Amino acid sequence: MSDRAVLAVEDLTVTIGTRRGPARAVAGVDWSVRAGETLALVGESGSGKSMSVLAATGLAPRSARVTGRVHLLGTELTGLPGEDRRRMRGRHVGFVFQDPMTSLNPVLTVGRQVTEAGEEHLGLTRRAARARAVELLDLVGIPSPAERVDAYPHQFSGGMRQRVVIAMALACEPDLLIADEPTTALDVTTQAQIVELVADLQRRLGTAVVWITHDLGVVAGIADTVAVMYAGRILEQGPVDAVFTNPSHPYTTALLAARPDPDGGGDELVTIQGSPPSPLDLPAGCAFWPRCPVRGAARCEHELPPLVPVAADHHVRTFYPHHTDGGVPT
Amino acid sequence: MSERQRVDHQLTATTTSSGGGDGQLRRALSALRHDPLALTGSAVLALLVVVGLAGSWLAPSGVNDVDVDRMLQPPSWSHPFGTDELGRDVLSRVLVAARVSLQVGLVSVGIALVVGVTLGLFAGYYRGWLDNVLMRCMDVLFAFPVLLLAVAIVAVLGPGLTTAMIAIGVVYTPIFARVTRAGVLSVREQVFVRAAVSIGASDLRIMRRHVLPNIAAPLIVQTSLSLAFAILSEAALSFLGLGVQPPAPAWGRMLYDGRGFVTEAWWLGVFPGAAIFLTVLAFNLVGDALRDVLDPRQLTVSEARRNS
Repeated sequence: MSDRAVLAVEDLTVTIGTRRGPARAVAGVDWSVRAGETLALVGESGSGKSMSVLAATGLAPRSARVTGRVHLLGTELTGLPGEDRRRMRGRHVGFVFQDPMTSLNPVLTVGRQVTEAGEEHLGLTRRAARARAVELLDLVGIPSPAERVDAYPHQFSGGMRQRVVIAMALACEPDLLIADEPTTALDVTTQAQIVELVADLQRRLGTAVVWITHDLGVVAGIADTVAVMYAGRILEQGPVDAVFTNPSHPYTTALLAARPDPDGGGDELVTIQGSPPSPLDLPAGCAFWPRCPVRGAARCEHELPPLVPVAADHHVRTFYPHHTDGGVPT
Repeated sequence: MSERQRVDHQLTATTTSSGGGDGQLRRALSALRHDPLALTGSAVLALLVVVGLAGSWLAPSGVNDVDVDRMLQPPSWSHPFGTDELGRDVLSRVLVAARVSLQVGLVSVGIALVVGVTLGLFAGYYRGWLDNVLMRCMDVLFAFPVLLLAVAIVAVLGPGLTTAMIAIGVVYTPIFARVTRAGVLSVREQVFVRAAVSIGASDLRIMRRHVLPNIAAPLIVQTSLSLAFAILSEAALSFLGLGVQPPAPAWGRMLYDGRGFVTEAWWLGVFPGAAIFLTVLAFNLVGDALRDVLDPRQLTVSEARRNS
């Protein structure tokens, strides 16, 4: 891992204790993100993309057991006491959650919420905090911020609320911005604006961004590197261009094929048959094997494929890279 | 986040967005203004506060001006509420006793509010063993009949005004703890609380800034209703001789003293009794009206009732 990594995760495993036994949500994941860079974590619901980030920043639920190494700006986070970790997280990491309708407190003005982190970690006075709030609201493109700073969340539209949430995340000038499906709850035009806003802020502030999403269009637009997750593991990881132009895992290929094609094609959407395995009962071999169009020999069923390089920085977890169009390889 | 969770979040979003914010308070106030019962209740309460503050000035004579020659006089122009067995003016005593009732009500509910909300907040926020220990203690307190528990506490601490306030405060603490905990349990799962955790806000800050304001509505309602019950409890304790000690006037004590003269001097019991009745009724009217306007679920019920 590079020393310049803002957040680096090595061999991260998250096991959640449930009533029906331990559920392995994340299994041995490595990724890192450097300043000014965007890492996109993509995958289906429950693939462990959100959980890996929450666990890395110490926000995993209490029932979760987290192992592995996490370095934030070179500081090992996993060994830190809770209080120090809380400070590191608050000072250096900003979060944008999925649903702007619920991620703002309905009884506080947006101004107070935007600067909460600033008051907590930078010791801003109320007056300074207010000025800073206006500045931040202006930064995220909220019109007439000096008046809007005293408004309550219900007086904002969904897209504007998400801008407020982003302003909140930027309050401490974080080195890392974590966006957990920030556009999922928004309509398409607003989505585009929010994506553009984050990309623009990143260019201006040099923030590292981890963007969790299942929208491959967004990934193609903003990410530098992408990690495709499935059942808690990374199946393919690499520079976004390489992964999109030369997808080497059958799952990635299937995902890309499942995108709706605006230039005609069939009326039907392409789907991947079946559904992901339960984290309570993961197969011994490749977790994607039951749904895999390649469906290799018995090897895939019983043996976990290693993450192997197919090009510079481009890794893939399969025995049969480039076998993307079905048929059993020999 | 799964699809279902998202739907759940959106559902809670709609309930909280209609259940929080300053718009809610404004709407509540305007709704109160158009509710004749709430207006009446508020007017009675306002009058009560004036009497409570200025009772000894308003009273035509001293509370302990004994005049045995004029004992047990029926209501007349010189003594509108009549006189008691020692010739003391009942009107003056009823007016002055208002202060004690209000004081006991406010202080005891204040104790219950502060202690109960604190316990409920910690129990609901931290869950786990703390929640179990605290709430089981509250259950034990809950299990006793209200008056019995109050009497037991007074028996241990000795009768008097301060003891009565403490006893009533303790008795009403579990209700506040329960109401608070219930609210905290739902609010702490909201995304904005997670957002506050993610920016590294301390637990105390999250409780104070994010959780407490969002559960204010049920607490306000509970407070106004508890005031009524606290005043009733104080009257009961005084009636049993465990509250304010004579010769200081208290409504409950006056009822007790008038008990022996029910057939000859009805005014001894009726006027302090009416004072208790009106006070409790007023608090209840205001409390019910507040509940109607602050609780979205109750709102639909009351609206449906109004529309039918």
